[in-house]
Amino acid sequence: MDSANPFHASTGTAVPANATNGTSHGASVASGTSPGKPALDFGAAWEYAPAPEARDHVKIDPRYELFIGGKWQAPASGSYFPTINPSDESQLSEVAEANEADVDKAVKAARHAYEKTWSKMPGAERAKYIFRIARAMQEKARELAIVETLDGGKPIKESRDVDVPLASAHFFYHAGWADKLHYAFQGRKARPLGVAGQIIPWNFPLLMAAWKIAPALACGNTVVLKPAETTPLTALLLAKICQEAELPDGVVNIVTGAGKTGAALAGHGDVDKVAFTGSTGVGKRIQRAIAGSKKRLTLELGGKAANIVFADAPLDQAVEGVINGIYFNQGHVCCAGSRLLIEESVHDVFVAKLKDRLRTMRLGDPLDKNTDIGAINSRMQLDRIKELVASGEEEGLDRFSAPCELPSKGFWFPPTFFTGVAQTSRIAREEIFGPVLSILTFRTPDEAVEKANNTMYGLSAGVWTDKGAKIFWMAQKLRAGVIWGNTFNKLDPSSPFGGYKESGFGREGGRQGLASYVELDG
Amino acid sequence: MNHGTIHSSQASSTPGSSVVARPRPSFSGTTVDKVAIEERVGALAKRSIKKQAKVAGLKLTTSMIDLTTLEGKDTPGKVRALCAKARRPLASDPSIPACAAICVYPNMVPVAKEALAGSGVHIASVATAFPSGQSPLDIKLDDVRRAVDFGADEIDMVIDRGAMLSGDYAKVFDEIAATKEACGPAHLKVILETGELGTYDLVRRASEIGIAAGGDFIKTSTGKVQPAATPAVTLVMLECIRDHYLATGKKIGMKPAGGVRTAKQALHYLVIVKETLGDAWLTPDLFRFGASALLNDVLMQLEKERTGNYAASDDFSKE
Repeated sequence: MDSANPFHASTGTAVPANATNGTSHGASVASGTSPGKPALDFGAAWEYAPAPEARDHVKIDPRYELFIGGKWQAPASGSYFPTINPSDESQLSEVAEANEADVDKAVKAARHAYEKTWSKMPGAERAKYIFRIARAMQEKARELAIVETLDGGKPIKESRDVDVPLASAHFFYHAGWADKLHYAFQGRKARPLGVAGQIIPWNFPLLMAAWKIAPALACGNTVVLKPAETTPLTALLLAKICQEAELPDGVVNIVTGAGKTGAALAGHGDVDKVAFTGSTGVGKRIQRAIAGSKKRLTLELGGKAANIVFADAPLDQAVEGVINGIYFNQGHVCCAGSRLLIEESVHDVFVAKLKDRLRTMRLGDPLDKNTDIGAINSRMQLDRIKELVASGEEEGLDRFSAPCELPSKGFWFPPTFFTGVAQTSRIAREEIFGPVLSILTFRTPDEAVEKANNTMYGLSAGVWTDKGAKIFWMAQKLRAGVIWGNTFNKLDPSSPFGGYKESGFGREGGRQGLASYVELDG
Repeated sequence: MNHGTIHSSQASSTPGSSVVARPRPSFSGTTVDKVAIEERVGALAKRSIKKQAKVAGLKLTTSMIDLTTLEGKDTPGKVRALCAKARRPLASDPSIPACAAICVYPNMVPVAKEALAGSGVHIASVATAFPSGQSPLDIKLDDVRRAVDFGADEIDMVIDRGAMLSGDYAKVFDEIAATKEACGPAHLKVILETGELGTYDLVRRASEIGIAAGGDFIKTSTGKVQPAATPAVTLVMLECIRDHYLATGKKIGMKPAGGVRTAKQALHYLVIVKETLGDAWLTPDLFRFGASALLNDVLMQLEKERTGNYAASDDFSKE
């Protein structure tokens, strides 16, 4: 490309200081901060007024018990723990902590429901309940979105437009399969496994509950689900929805608690199947703990996805894809595009575009409909992000953070990226799970593939180019469970999701996802 | 897309073209992904503009409107009434600014000039065999010169879409450059008629040509072809304006025209401008709406914000 071309957004081009557009209409001289270098000014000429989603109609109980056997039951442990709003650290509610005895009770309830009703019920009947849950989620979409945002810190526009609709869509999708399993596995008889113990993370609390519960129920299993300790509320609202849908008692049980509760669930002798989504570290511990048992296991773990942008890509749209890839949900996304691999020839242009784009991002009250970046989910996660960012700075990497003002209370981190990152850097290798992008360069498609695959993870990848053939060539070589072409973070219940290597095994969604919840004859 | 340059040898095929000193550019080769750009404007449409932001945005909108009438049945009486509305959109509320301009056919320019004397409202005239542009260049240039002589200080020209679609970019460039010259002191808006160009890639290329050939503004549409202005096509053009500004320091204006009928749509466009080009473009010097029905909807929304109630449509003058 021609560097003298006036249409290149090259910021290095010298500009005559008196450049005007030569009209009599007051069109002005370039007024950048540094003389001679035009710059966009994303200032206060027209400010958006606060637009908070009203929360007065949402009722959060002061205390939640365990949901076992279709009833709300006080924990045998007798103890409760608080759940807070990470955007201001205020307490939202307190939640029962399930100990081993509680987990045992929940597994027994699930076993009972499995043997007495759910496994015997025709698929078409199971489907009715699952459809009912899906519809109830749509009806309560606003309430679910607000509670998700309050408990987890994510922007309301994401919980409203992504988390809740997708969660509902998963129930609808799997309800459709319940009486058609024969067609999913043609010529083979699919039988349920029994009781599934499911442990989910805090980044998409309701959506992950849907990913786990919907296929399990469709295939005739019953479940004991443990939501994450920082975000238990929407799973508990889902339990209420199950009650209202008159789901038979014990088909879905929700036990709240932290790591010990999860360990008790995964380790319980009468659980037939363990499904875990979370960190690779915990996933390995679970795998070790249940090794040699009858339990089936699926793990959906961490990621360090490469978002690969070629010079021939539509760059402005690729910028949006990169932004969405890493800053969606504050980067608390296992499939986040946390490594940008940019073709060296467009590195400077692309980084300049990214900087301008970051300047327009709005960080603040997660309930404000115009918020792009919400709160970090917990202090622990914020500390982890800060530690890794500090390591990048210690390595001498160039950091750029959006000039956002951080609220005084709560857990916050501005959208950030590092340039000049090497494959050896910690921030290129370790999952940060925060709004921090590592930018690396490549020269050829082969080099892009090598760098993209040079990680212990393999959950997702993105490829940006105007050439269809290049996308397919790349997709064949990339070792990742999901590969997006000219888009990113697109999820659909019909599309299987899961990892390679230390990103886990098993798939969720689609026909492949059903296979994790059935035993096949013949 | 090929990174073609415009071959000057093709210029001789343009009848009546004057000598053009402006150097023809090579293209950037920038392409646009349809799905992703529509997704981006869709995301920006979700911005919630309430209360004082809404009032400020709507007043700004009023000041950016090129209040337009482009009908065969236009008469001096109709144009005078429109001019009165442009000068003072709502008699009961002097805090609402005047419109940026009146946009009429050349024959109506003298009427508008008289009606707008001393108001500061600009007079835009369409020219160059608007809306099709399918006339010889010398006639198109004469159209421009006469409109300027009549008193137009802004000229809204149409590009030769046939030349654009057949790949004769030199012709498109040369005609714009010649029109710019014919404008003299008048300000030139280049209408791409994006609804006839078919792809965002071609919109981008036409924008580059319009800017390089001397357009002060680039404008989406004549209003005579569907689709007219859309948020996505506007974003494509704003991105081109941004890239040109960052490379040269020159600020080019933008005018979506046709199809912008509601206050809500107008605020969506302002959001796109604010988050693509920043504060400097939030001015009628660099952003305009070509519209007729829009103004009354904006006034109705402003009255609603002021009084708390929606007024009847008959409470606003219809021109």
